[in-house]
Amino acid sequence: MQNETILRTNKSPKSRLSRGLRDNLVAYSFIAPNFIGFALFTLVPMIFAFILAFVKWDGANPMKFIGLDNFSRLISDTTFHKALWNTIVYTVGVVPLTMIVALALAILLNQKIMGRNFMRTVFFFPYVASLVAVAAVWNFIFSPTMGPVNNILHLITGIPLEDLPRWAADKQWAMFTVVLFTVWKNMGYYMVIYLAGLQGINPELYEAAELDGAGPWRRFRNVTVPQLAPTTFFVLMILVINSFKVYDIFINLFAGADNQLNNATRVMVYQIYNTAFRSLDYGYASAMAIVLFLLVLGITIVQFRGEKKYGQ
Amino acid sequence: MVGKSKGLKISLMVLVYALLILTVLAMLVPYIWMLSSSLKLNKDVFSFPMQWIPANPRWENFQDIWTRIPLGRFIYNTAKLSVIVTILQLLTSSFAAYAFSKLHFRGKNAIFLGYIATIAIPWQAYMVPQFILMRYMGLNNTHLAIILLQAFSAFGVFMMRQFYQGVPDELCEAARIDGLSEYGIWARIMLPLSKPALSTLTIFTFVATWNDFLGPMIYLTDTKLKTIQIGLRMFISQYSAEYGLIMAASVVSIIPVVIVFLALQKYFVQGVAASGIKG
Repeated sequence: MQNETILRTNKSPKSRLSRGLRDNLVAYSFIAPNFIGFALFTLVPMIFAFILAFVKWDGANPMKFIGLDNFSRLISDTTFHKALWNTIVYTVGVVPLTMIVALALAILLNQKIMGRNFMRTVFFFPYVASLVAVAAVWNFIFSPTMGPVNNILHLITGIPLEDLPRWAADKQWAMFTVVLFTVWKNMGYYMVIYLAGLQGINPELYEAAELDGAGPWRRFRNVTVPQLAPTTFFVLMILVINSFKVYDIFINLFAGADNQLNNATRVMVYQIYNTAFRSLDYGYASAMAIVLFLLVLGITIVQFRGEKKYGQ
Repeated sequence: MVGKSKGLKISLMVLVYALLILTVLAMLVPYIWMLSSSLKLNKDVFSFPMQWIPANPRWENFQDIWTRIPLGRFIYNTAKLSVIVTILQLLTSSFAAYAFSKLHFRGKNAIFLGYIATIAIPWQAYMVPQFILMRYMGLNNTHLAIILLQAFSAFGVFMMRQFYQGVPDELCEAARIDGLSEYGIWARIMLPLSKPALSTLTIFTFVATWNDFLGPMIYLTDTKLKTIQIGLRMFISQYSAEYGLIMAASVVSIIPVVIVFLALQKYFVQGVAASGIKG
């Protein structure tokens, strides 16, 4: 330590400066390949998005600054309201269901159980399996008259096929079907996060609770739940944000052609996509995107607050 | 008393296993159905009660799909994009992460904050201006657009940095004293040490690029440039009654992901867990 100080003071200020400069340059050279791409294709579009939200532009004619007109248009746009509402309903359906199933599976698969690794793999796989293919299978299986699900239901309940739910083909059942599909597809991912959280709990806590005479339920209530609070918070936030971004699940599940997507299954990103790439109304689409951004930002802020409160 | 609680325990175990086996079945049935239907004639796909193992498996389905749609082309395109994006992502992310984790330089915190801040912003919120920018650069309807879009994610840098933070600084110090340059330390010490993190990032990036839907849908309008997801989607809407062929194409589209997943799944589960906890 002392040697180092002496060495340093012996060097001339000039060489120290150039050494600092060289260190900086070396560091920048590490960052540059990623940062240039990141700045150009992520940062610039992000900033551009805010500008676009205040203009009227179809991509061909000159841009026209219109102030807050896009946003006041949003306030009276009932189609957008419907899309926003559907996104919220979808989120409210997906989030608690996924959390409960994922936590239950994680707790079960955290025990010493036969075929544990096999089951983890099976539960996780839908998360990586290609959405288009998996959605196609679901649509076949849940096909109203031909599909095995309704045929089995018909066999068990005796209800005529025409009176059974028409799943993705039915306005009434579409949201239920898409929520069910989403939970099936993504729960494995959250299960793995919960598993990691469970494995982080000190086993001594359980031993102490058992010595105090706490049964399985009380051990769950008083050890697992509070110890998992940070994980639960993380899972909750990721789930909510991912639900707000949803688009591809809807377009693939309500298939055939996407123009069949009626009012009942319109979500925010669908609205943004259509406004920009079909109607070529870039400014208005960006105003919608800003609303999406603000919603996600709000959720993230809540997360940071919550993490401070519940985190380690 | 002991006997009673033992009996309770056994019946509880039976219940747990029954529940788990049911869930496993519910998870697996769609794939089994997919595989089974891919070997059937259209008219037999929906026959009820269903035949799990087709009496006369129609292997021709797996020949026909290659000529009905340019499936080979789609797979080639997707594989090409996935491999290039993954390599670029691994290289640039681990490179940048090394600087953020082990080097001191001006503006480090500010730049890193810039990365962090964008992680939470959904891509869907800026996909429109990004498309306008790409079109302005003449990259609309090119694979390069998809590569540039996916290869420089903030998430990759963040994940690799989290991992490098766990590598003791003394290791780098010792290497510096031994005369290794910073590039040498990155190549000979950090890269070999970060295999788990690199594997996780590989799977995440590969699977995300392979399965991406919205990106290729916006950028790739030319059929010969399309990826498997968009191609499959196109096929399904064009030939919606070709049930057997649709299932065969679906099976083909899933196989590469199954291979990557099974080969690296040990790391995948660890990696999801780690990235989840560190958030």
